[in-house]
Amino acid sequence: MEAPSIHVAFQNVQKSYDGEILVVKDLNLDVEKGEFLTMLGPSGSGKTTCLMMLAGFEPATHGEIFLNGQPINNQPPNKRGIGMVFQNYALFPHMSVNENLAFPLQVRGMKREEVTERVDRALGMVELGGFGGRRPAQLSGGQQQRVALARALVFDPQLVLMDEPLGALDKQLREQMQYEIKNIHESLGVTVVYVTHDQSEALTMSNRIAVFNDGVIQQLSSPDDLYERPQNSFVAQFIGENNKLSGMVTEVNGDSCTVKMGTGEVITAAAINVAGAGQPTTLSLRPERVEIAPDEGALPNALQGQVKDLIYHGDHIRAVLQVADTSEFVVKVPNNVGHKVLSKGENVTVGWQIEDCRALDHMDV
Amino acid sequence: MSDAAATSQSTPRDALLVASDGVPLKVKLAKTTAAARRRAFLLTLPLVLFVLISFVFPIGEMLVRSFHNPVGGNVVPAFAESIAKWDGKGLPSEEVFEVFVKDLARARKVRDVGKTVGNLATRVNYEIPGSRSLITKSARKVGKIKNPPYKDALLAIDKRWSNPHVWLVLQRATTDYTLSFYLAALDRRYDKTNNIVQADELYRIYIPILLKTLWLSALITFLCFMLAYPVAYLLSTLPLRTSNLLMILVLLPFWTSLLVRTTAWIAMLQTQGVLNDVFVSLRLIGNEDRIQLIYNQTGTIIAMVHILLPFMILPLYSVMKTIPPSYMRAARSMGASQTYAFIRIYFPQTLPGIAAGTLLVFILAIGYYITPALVGGNDGLLISNLIADHIKSTLNWSLGAALGSILLVIVLMLYWLYNRLVGIDNLKFG
Ligand SMILES: Nc1ncnc2c1ncn2[C@@H]1O[C@H](COP(=O)(O)OP(=O)(O)OP(=O)(O)O)[C@@H](O)[C@H]1O
Ligand SMILES: [Mg+2]
Repeated sequence: MEAPSIHVAFQNVQKSYDGEILVVKDLNLDVEKGEFLTMLGPSGSGKTTCLMMLAGFEPATHGEIFLNGQPINNQPPNKRGIGMVFQNYALFPHMSVNENLAFPLQVRGMKREEVTERVDRALGMVELGGFGGRRPAQLSGGQQQRVALARALVFDPQLVLMDEPLGALDKQLREQMQYEIKNIHESLGVTVVYVTHDQSEALTMSNRIAVFNDGVIQQLSSPDDLYERPQNSFVAQFIGENNKLSGMVTEVNGDSCTVKMGTGEVITAAAINVAGAGQPTTLSLRPERVEIAPDEGALPNALQGQVKDLIYHGDHIRAVLQVADTSEFVVKVPNNVGHKVLSKGENVTVGWQIEDCRALDHMDV
Repeated sequence: MSDAAATSQSTPRDALLVASDGVPLKVKLAKTTAAARRRAFLLTLPLVLFVLISFVFPIGEMLVRSFHNPVGGNVVPAFAESIAKWDGKGLPSEEVFEVFVKDLARARKVRDVGKTVGNLATRVNYEIPGSRSLITKSARKVGKIKNPPYKDALLAIDKRWSNPHVWLVLQRATTDYTLSFYLAALDRRYDKTNNIVQADELYRIYIPILLKTLWLSALITFLCFMLAYPVAYLLSTLPLRTSNLLMILVLLPFWTSLLVRTTAWIAMLQTQGVLNDVFVSLRLIGNEDRIQLIYNQTGTIIAMVHILLPFMILPLYSVMKTIPPSYMRAARSMGASQTYAFIRIYFPQTLPGIAAGTLLVFILAIGYYITPALVGGNDGLLISNLIADHIKSTLNWSLGAALGSILLVIVLMLYWLYNRLVGIDNLKFG
């Protein structure tokens, strides 16, 4: 038995479509009741596959999935009571919006008055009252998205799955819908498992994010943890902007280590994921944590760099520098009063704190 | 507030939109696109001509032939003119007899194709079976009649000339425009007093065959649908490579020559054929009571279902191909069982394909000719076989044309009905 607050549990789940390649490799994941959990990862990393196994459209090759503590591997999808929003919405084109929303209620044999009442309530929730008579084709993309959302929620499921529901919308609409989905999630208290490959969407909406790559969860943590404390190079690289520096660990010293660059500089970094002295490592450093021309001795790390390129972004300026062996070292210079004015070709010092520079597993390139 | 109202009045919304040089926008647009449209039309001209010559004219010719038959009038033109004025009561007057005798005597010498006494005799024979000899025999003898009274002389040649019905038929047979052939095609005829009545039971053949054709076509369409739907579904869900391979099998009947196909059917279906042998060896039937599967209605049905199946599969397949699996999944996730989801979600979305497929198969089936002729025996014949018979053997083209026109009208009516029920824009042929 699982603890009662665990809503969904994947235990040692594996999935292969062709018997040759494991698309999902040994997945272990607990989703808590009322949680907004996002599966984030590059294309082909197995996110949809996980969702389909949970919804019951694909059998797990190995392992067990639990819903409210009950194993559901042999339960057909229509008995699982899971609401679902598809990427292309999957609104039934031959039915009006009302009929679409009434469908899950009619399946449950609900009385006509109650169906009407619930449909109206659900349409009101997504602010589409009065659109009930239209066909899906007569709605805009955003409106269709809302109908799909309302349809997935109208029968009061405790768990809602969404597979890239905002993928087809433009940026502005997407941000508005993110906000609305988040609102609905909070007011209804349902558990949401959300799939996306848009990291900003994942960061703004989720309680926790599971970063997928190659059928494996690389890291499962809250958005701020994920961004500020990535556990491996893939996550560091995948979430947000990241400067990579490759080097060799010369000494591990508690939670810090010294790393020697190929070009000879020595850096002190937080030892997060290093194999030990004498092993290669990739250092990860966020652009906004780098200081340009720090006061002498103020920062433990200070390297020489040369400005290659400057890009004006309004509120900040992106400086691309040659530092150690990388020519794509990015620094965000805030456009503050009296900020340091750089010019191309200029030699400057860059510096940072030990804890902002994380020594992670070695990554090629 | 009042200012705004004033401005909005000075520019009414339905004002003609005008280009910068003052020419109305619509005129301008029509001018700029006219050249392109003319060129597009020229490109289609060869096809338009081809269709006109090979399709529209023949069909028009057929339609006209079904009610316009000038043979009688061509053979005895003077008589045609004088009997046209006859009121149809009793026997015609002595003058009419005179004209008839002289005209017939003259016509006997004519040898032009389509203008001989034989042509007239055939035409009259359609309406009074057995009256052919009356005309030909009289025509041989009227030459000897030199003096009035012509009426008595003619009656002396054959007593049947005293029957007013013969003259009524002659009057009809010598008018250029007639409904006789449509009546015949609908198993009706004129009785002795020119009323339209049903033909004698023995001669009612066309309506029963027409009904049988409609019924068999409906049955064939239904069988095609039942067989095609699962196949099309399978094809639409398989990966493209496999489905393409299977599609070749579906199209195979199109690619085999008629002769090969027919031989195959015979080998399979005849009483000593493969199918019956299998039945016998499985002891499903005894060796003595082998089933007649070919050269009868069963043969027609089996062969036509086989040949028409692709016309059902293709539109169904093309529609099913466009239905993403997420619809069914969405329905399932909302609690619908497989069956319920199929009935309420999948099936309705395939309706355009079903409509197109059934329409196509049904219309092809009611006009099908060669297959029933080859494997249909006697009771497997359809209306088209009768039409072909009239065009090729009995040479009663007008009757063939009338039957063809009736078939055309039925098809058009079906099309109209379909348009009302399904909407032609909703059809999806592929
Ligand atoms: N029905 C299937 N049959 C065979 N292989 C499949 C099937 N569905 C997915 N795959 C394979 O499984 C892997 C994971 O696919 P999945 O759809 O789960 O990825 P995803 O993370 O959802 O990617 P995306 O962000 O592009 O949607 C891919 O390599 C894909 O080719
Ligand atoms: Mg996916």
